[in-house]
Amino acid sequence: MADTAVSTNVSSTASLRDGPRGPKPRRTFSRRNILLYGTLFVIAVYYAIPLYVMIVTSLKGMPEVRMGNIFSPPLEITFAPWVKAWSQACTGLTCKGLSIGFWNSVRITVPSVIISTIIASVNGYALANWRFKGANVFFTILIFGSFIPYQVLLYPVVILLREIGLYGKLAGLVIVHTIFGMPILTLLFRNYFSSLPEELFKAARVDGAGFWGIFLRVMLPMSIPIFAVAIILQVTGIWNDFLFGVVYTGPESYPMTVALNNIVNSTQGVVEYNVNMAATIITGLVPLTIYFVSGKLFVRGIAAGAVKG
Amino acid sequence: MNYAVEIKDLDLYFGNVKVLQQLNLDIYKGEFLVLLGSSGCGKSTLLNCIAGLLEVTDGQIFIGGNNVTWAQPSERGIGMVFQSYALYPQMTVEGNLSFGLRNARMPRDEISKRVSRAAGILQIEPLLKRKPAALSGGQRQRVAIGRALVRDVDVFLFDEPLSNLDAKLRADLRVEIKKLHEQLDNTMIYVTHDQIEAMTLADRIAIMKEGKIMQLASPNEIYNRPRNLYVADFIGSPSMNFLHGEIKDGNFLLDGITIPLKGYEFAADSSQGGKAILGLRPEHILTGDNLASATVRTTVTVELVEPMGSDTLIYSTLAGTFIHVRMDGQARVSPGDKVEIGFQPERASLFDPETEDRL
Ligand SMILES: Nc1ncnc2c1ncn2[C@@H]1O[C@H](COP(=O)(O)OP(=O)(O)OP(=O)(O)O)[C@@H](O)[C@H]1O
Ligand SMILES: [Mg+2]
Repeated sequence: MADTAVSTNVSSTASLRDGPRGPKPRRTFSRRNILLYGTLFVIAVYYAIPLYVMIVTSLKGMPEVRMGNIFSPPLEITFAPWVKAWSQACTGLTCKGLSIGFWNSVRITVPSVIISTIIASVNGYALANWRFKGANVFFTILIFGSFIPYQVLLYPVVILLREIGLYGKLAGLVIVHTIFGMPILTLLFRNYFSSLPEELFKAARVDGAGFWGIFLRVMLPMSIPIFAVAIILQVTGIWNDFLFGVVYTGPESYPMTVALNNIVNSTQGVVEYNVNMAATIITGLVPLTIYFVSGKLFVRGIAAGAVKG
Repeated sequence: MNYAVEIKDLDLYFGNVKVLQQLNLDIYKGEFLVLLGSSGCGKSTLLNCIAGLLEVTDGQIFIGGNNVTWAQPSERGIGMVFQSYALYPQMTVEGNLSFGLRNARMPRDEISKRVSRAAGILQIEPLLKRKPAALSGGQRQRVAIGRALVRDVDVFLFDEPLSNLDAKLRADLRVEIKKLHEQLDNTMIYVTHDQIEAMTLADRIAIMKEGKIMQLASPNEIYNRPRNLYVADFIGSPSMNFLHGEIKDGNFLLDGITIPLKGYEFAADSSQGGKAILGLRPEHILTGDNLASATVRTTVTVELVEPMGSDTLIYSTLAGTFIHVRMDGQARVSPGDKVEIGFQPERASLFDPETEDRL
């Protein structure tokens, strides 16, 4: 009896009955959606308003700023504050704007990021794949290192730099950034390389590749996403750094953040809010751009790296 | 010097964990040796030691008569195939195959000759320009085998190469590996925990437990004459039935049943008798028409029936012990039925309950 029921059911087309069928319909304006999008909207506005105020103010002339309507769009758009912030604003004694600080920051950030990323990636690879003697001790020290508050080391490093004659120079700051970035970056790379299948490494060894061969030809091509992450971390961290910049460099080699601070906090004359706003936006533009550009790369890197096999 | 691989007094410790202890193993040239054992018994560890991927704690390893204990993996004349295939994802199939040769700085035309030969043998020529991500599991595994093949090595090491594949593909590739072995005639060491793979592929099987080799013998020998309880229990599915009894005057006494042991080949002298365990494979318990050849017979009550198509498995109790019996697939039995069973003592195995060794 049961047998016949099963066989007829299979051969004939099933006839539908009343009730739910297919995907469950969803209302666009359900209470859940309103709540969700409403919250998101409020949060977005909360973050966007200050940015809006900054952009609007930076495009106004001083008379208009003095009228005090910080939310109103500029009646007359002017780029003069931007030009002034870039090339004329006074940072302490000199009045050459942010441009000098910008180039200083570039000269600090680029080598620091490149050097620290390269060294940390090799460190991480060695720690993850070549379990050399003392690797665990080294790793423990490294983890410990990433928890040390920077303030503790400020003064010893000053002495160190003075002794090797790099105090107050850009090269000194590059070294400082490279060293201070090392624990967290090495940790990042080590964890990433540990997550790659160990058998891949073994296969490469059987295939006769050495330390560098495996790193450059097997590991590196699979590590684009983690390099993107490391570069984002370092660029934003180093570009936004103020403390090391102000401590370890002199007035000619101050990075952009220090220059910005000097512009905004300069006490002579009237406070030019429009110039301050423009200067702040210019300073923040670099990490922002990096974020957008490498963010894309990041996604593409993940897509390229997400290959099992 | 007829050995391809010799392992002498090998120890391997991870810190305090002694994974391999005093392991000795000689593998003949051209032999297909399977390392079989439950998870965590040290099969992969042993294979990694042979490959040179792990530094041994003590002992020696010879490959082709050379002491390779301190040699790099690439210098040992071995090729290895991994469970996860471990193909280089950013290289094409061709790149994967030639990577080892390029590292060895082989001339270009020699490389392409070897790659195309391997691709021919494994029938992956149309795939050479693809990346591993664009391959099926079976194709990836073939490429992984190809990577060992191009290096023209004497010893192939396989670490559970088929366990990531579905059952059908597994059976197909198993046959292919067997064919490959016949074609190439090199030594293969193959790790698995699949009994069927072990039985079908191996010239000899090494059964491992906790880093020791329990028995090293042909599949036939291992199946029919397991050297100890562990091996007897491990090989065969469903596993062997074990009945506790006593040996007295050349008979095995089992809860009132007297089983004459005439014809049973004792491994050791055990004329003195004493407690013993009788091991009977479910498929060696005879029923129905086959009963004629049985020298020992008794009747049991069926408790559970599992029809499996080709044969039917019944569960019952004999002398207070739960037993499995394999019957013909066409047998019509249901729980509660009385079934006459019998067996031939010469096909059974006897074990010492103390030492667990074969009697
Ligand atoms: N790096 C390590 N450190 C400490 N113990 C380890 C390490 N690698 C393996 N072991 C231990 O060594 C034992 C043997 O491991 P191995 O990988 O050789 O097992 P296996 O027989 O291959 O098992 P499986 O069938 O699951 O692959 C296990 O008990 C495992 O926990
Ligand atoms: Mg294993």
